[in-house]
Amino acid sequence: MKRRDSLKAIALGAISTGLLVEACAPKKKEEKANAGSAAKIDRFAEEAANDERLQKETFFTAHEMATITVLVDIIIPKDEVSGSATEAGVPDFIEFIVKDMPYHQTPMRGGLRWLDQQCLRKYEKAFVDCTAQQQTEMIDAIAYPAKAAPDMKQGVSFFNLMRNLTVTGFYTSEMGVKDLGYMGNKPNQWNGVPKDVLDQYGLTYTEKDLKDCISFNSPE
Amino acid sequence: MGDVQIKVNPTVYDVIIVGSGAGGGMAAHQLSKAGLKVCLLEAGPNYDPAKNITQLKNPWESLRRGASTKYRPFGDFDASYWGWEIDGEPYTKAAGTQWDWWRARMLGGRTNHWGRISLRFGPKDFKRKSIDGLGDDWPIGYNDIAPYYDAIDRMIGIFGTNEGLENDPDGIFLPPPKPRLHELMIRKAATQSGVKVIPSRLSILTKPLPNNKDRGACFYCAQCNRGCMVYGDFSSSSVLVKPALASGNVDLIVHAMAREVLTNKEGVATGVSYVDKLSLQEYQVKGRVVVLAASACESARLLLNSKSPRHPNGLANTSGVVGRYLHDSTGAAMGGVIPNLFGRKRYNEDGVGGMHVYSPWWLDNKKLDFPRGYHIEYWGGMGQPAYGFGFGMEGLNGKYTVHGKQKEAGGYGASLKEDVRFFYGAGVGMAGRGEAIPRYDNYCEIDPNVVDQYGIPVLRFNVKWSDYEIKQAKHMKETFKEIMHQMGAVITWGGNDGPENNYGLESPGKIIHEAGTVRMGKNPKDSALNEWNQAHDCKNLFVVDGGAFTSQADKNITWTILALSMRASEYIVQQLKQGAI
Repeated sequence: MKRRDSLKAIALGAISTGLLVEACAPKKKEEKANAGSAAKIDRFAEEAANDERLQKETFFTAHEMATITVLVDIIIPKDEVSGSATEAGVPDFIEFIVKDMPYHQTPMRGGLRWLDQQCLRKYEKAFVDCTAQQQTEMIDAIAYPAKAAPDMKQGVSFFNLMRNLTVTGFYTSEMGVKDLGYMGNKPNQWNGVPKDVLDQYGLTYTEKDLKDCISFNSPE
Repeated sequence: MGDVQIKVNPTVYDVIIVGSGAGGGMAAHQLSKAGLKVCLLEAGPNYDPAKNITQLKNPWESLRRGASTKYRPFGDFDASYWGWEIDGEPYTKAAGTQWDWWRARMLGGRTNHWGRISLRFGPKDFKRKSIDGLGDDWPIGYNDIAPYYDAIDRMIGIFGTNEGLENDPDGIFLPPPKPRLHELMIRKAATQSGVKVIPSRLSILTKPLPNNKDRGACFYCAQCNRGCMVYGDFSSSSVLVKPALASGNVDLIVHAMAREVLTNKEGVATGVSYVDKLSLQEYQVKGRVVVLAASACESARLLLNSKSPRHPNGLANTSGVVGRYLHDSTGAAMGGVIPNLFGRKRYNEDGVGGMHVYSPWWLDNKKLDFPRGYHIEYWGGMGQPAYGFGFGMEGLNGKYTVHGKQKEAGGYGASLKEDVRFFYGAGVGMAGRGEAIPRYDNYCEIDPNVVDQYGIPVLRFNVKWSDYEIKQAKHMKETFKEIMHQMGAVITWGGNDGPENNYGLESPGKIIHEAGTVRMGKNPKDSALNEWNQAHDCKNLFVVDGGAFTSQADKNITWTILALSMRASEYIVQQLKQGAI
């Protein structure tokens, strides 16, 4: 990256952090991590300009973001292995991705609105203002596609999308990758499938494999 | 707008090369090494995988977690700039026809994108008409090109194994990496289905290349598509253009969009005109020889746009074949999950970037209802998660017991996290890449109504698959189903294709192996180039990209582009010495 471009990217990081902080106050730590990312990977001029433009825009309202924040932690809560979706910065990821992929915008905005309408009818409150028990009851009605009532199908579609974006946002975060146990993305020597794994699946390398293929003496 | 001035570069070069991908990079490398003064024009920006880094980055270092954009259609970390569409540079299609045109705009061109699959054409691949009566034979045979394949194996480096196969020639190989778990399963299943599986042949350095201090060996991050900062794999920028520039004989001009090949009254090429994309200033550069390597379709476009009284049909186009015989590889794919791999043990499974094993074509077309074969590429395993990871859990977690528990499909919470971990690394997939028949009726031409933002007339495509390719895709799908079944895998996509969608056959252009538009041949009446990649009509004009191909086998075309460009470069040096051009 040229010096000029780096300077631009750094400036861009600073600006968008400011905007995001204004838009939704909590989770400052994650926003910092996100905002810096534009400078971290190679960008060519036109795409850098596009990233910059997207980061300056805000799509979700404060109320929508508050609802998303509750939803993502219902979908991915903290457990004994890893933290929650909000701890992994998933709401900010969702805010960015709907700007980057505008086809998500109407299903998300409309789905959030649908959810609030259901809750207003049933509990006379918006989803975020419902009790935890009411929220669970509502989510249970849309989280299981095969047993959902026919009049809940639009909610099922919305929740499938929320589940997709939340799971993908979480498992592509630092916390999520660690949870998953992905061990690559670093210099390595591929020395073949570990012996105990070969045994587990009843597989072996042939003599030809061992003769033809590269082997490394150092342990993996 | 004021006067449009054209700046003429005062240097007269020995050779001007348009395009810095496999063909142009190789020509620049060879011609500069021979002491010729070269001007290398590239339509995109400069690029060096050691400096423009996306390799070894984590998914959260991309704003979109590695998702694709129009800027990087193969994902936010992919090395290649642009792809199916470029702002300000449209192309059109005739009604009822298909062509998806991939254009990389950067130093090294589309060698920044490909999978490093480096397959030699075999003896039969040059003589297909003699075998099945379709298409045309090449004007050269395997023995003419074999020494150049050997030289490239040594110069660039490739891993693989000598298997003694008749039409998949042996080479000078570095050792391949061992198969991964899913590849052992695939090999077992495919072999049971009668499909041969052998180590893949990729231009990746599993060992340091002898006598080359500039390139490091592979460190197994599985990310060749991101470009390699130690130059452990082949891309034209790092392996060819960089050393060519170091010779001091090459002037590289980036952001240079070629407009026309210039010719004099005698019809001889004298240079190239181009527009600087940043300043929009028009330039001309002069040279004794012009080499086009802008990609099959861009080179055809340049020739068709280079009209003059001596070349009223476009340059090198007395035959009328420029733009014709356009063809791509066929492609169809299928994917699924291997239930046996659910809940698998974790370890670092990153190997080289791409498959460790593949299947070369294993059947005899005389016994089949379609001509020409295909090879199979495989994938699977525990890769780095990216955007899209974990999508569609509601289609998976109700179908299989998770650690012995039957669950309701969908869900949320800690149970969902358990499911994601359980299913990770169980995916598997395969894709066929086959040979299409080049046809006169499949072509690109200049659209009479449309120009790009630089005022350059654009291409209009007119391509359709024939029954040959559709039947081949049908056969691919039958083969994949059989292998998946033998493996105990469950097909999750690509399993329900039928005649209504050509059995999942990708639209032409999608496999990014465009070729045939400036084809070589013995007869100037039905070919644009002779056997040395030299225009029949214009002795100091050469085309060294996929455009020159008479046909393209079921082999990815890069290794053959490199070999032909090296061979043509040797011929250019010799012809210049003799004063013949």
